[in-house]
Amino acid sequence: MENFTPLSALIGGALIGVSAALLLGLNGRIAGISGIAGGLFSSAGPARAWRALFLVGLIGGVALYRLAGGPLQEIAPTPSLPYLIGAGLLVGIGTRIGGGCTSGHGICGLARLSPRSIAATVTFIVVAGATVFVVRHLVGGP
Amino acid sequence: MIAARHGAALASGVIFGLGLAISEMVNPAKVLAFLDVAGDWDPSLILVMAGAVAVALAAFRLILKQPRPALADSFALPTKTRIDGRLLGGAALFGLGWGLVGLCPGPAIGGLAYLMPESLYFLAAMAVGMVIAALLKGAGDGRR
Repeated sequence: MENFTPLSALIGGALIGVSAALLLGLNGRIAGISGIAGGLFSSAGPARAWRALFLVGLIGGVALYRLAGGPLQEIAPTPSLPYLIGAGLLVGIGTRIGGGCTSGHGICGLARLSPRSIAATVTFIVVAGATVFVVRHLVGGP
Repeated sequence: MIAARHGAALASGVIFGLGLAISEMVNPAKVLAFLDVAGDWDPSLILVMAGAVAVALAAFRLILKQPRPALADSFALPTKTRIDGRLLGGAALFGLGWGLVGLCPGPAIGGLAYLMPESLYFLAAMAVGMVIAALLKGAGDGRR
């Protein structure tokens, strides 16, 4: 467990909570990234602008931290192309059918004590954990 | 008011991105280390969620007592309450994809700050997946 970083995890998490509170308190919107991104494809013009701005801000936040010399580990090499494409498709389809991802269900939904979000969060964490177990310890890839 | 709303969305996004970067959730290896309970387990992700949920839980209680948000006419909250096959099936598909590479939508989009081709491949496939889901939903709604 030598990679455990409790302090930066709590601080980063608290900032994500602040972001969700601002978006709900000011704009009345839930900070669910799959919902915000998915709405780019399914909503009409005017409703797209705030979504795009939120996502540009999100990329900007990560870039700011990098430019400020934040002690961010270099991102480890990700798996091969077929894995990335397959995983991307599954994440895109699954989050839209299931109505949320780690932020929408896992943070905003839990904060609203929504039974749907609690059920979804338990489901995706257990399935993701089982997937990692199979891939890493049974199959030995990617 | 629309300019203020757009500014609020941008600012909220920046803070979200900072949170993802500081907590290292933009690093798929860190996420996979949490999901790998049988390996060299890194529980950090639990604390990211705990920190975020604690702040949001307290703030949402105060916010939702207000008649409306500060810059908009009404709150846009989820209205569904039923735990059904779509919810759990969708969550399971998402969990499968998340476990394969350690990327979920927020960190995948935030990872664009690294200009890595890997993020682009994943995001292009994710966008296609979202469009497929929208088409499936459209077809389903048409039958009803």
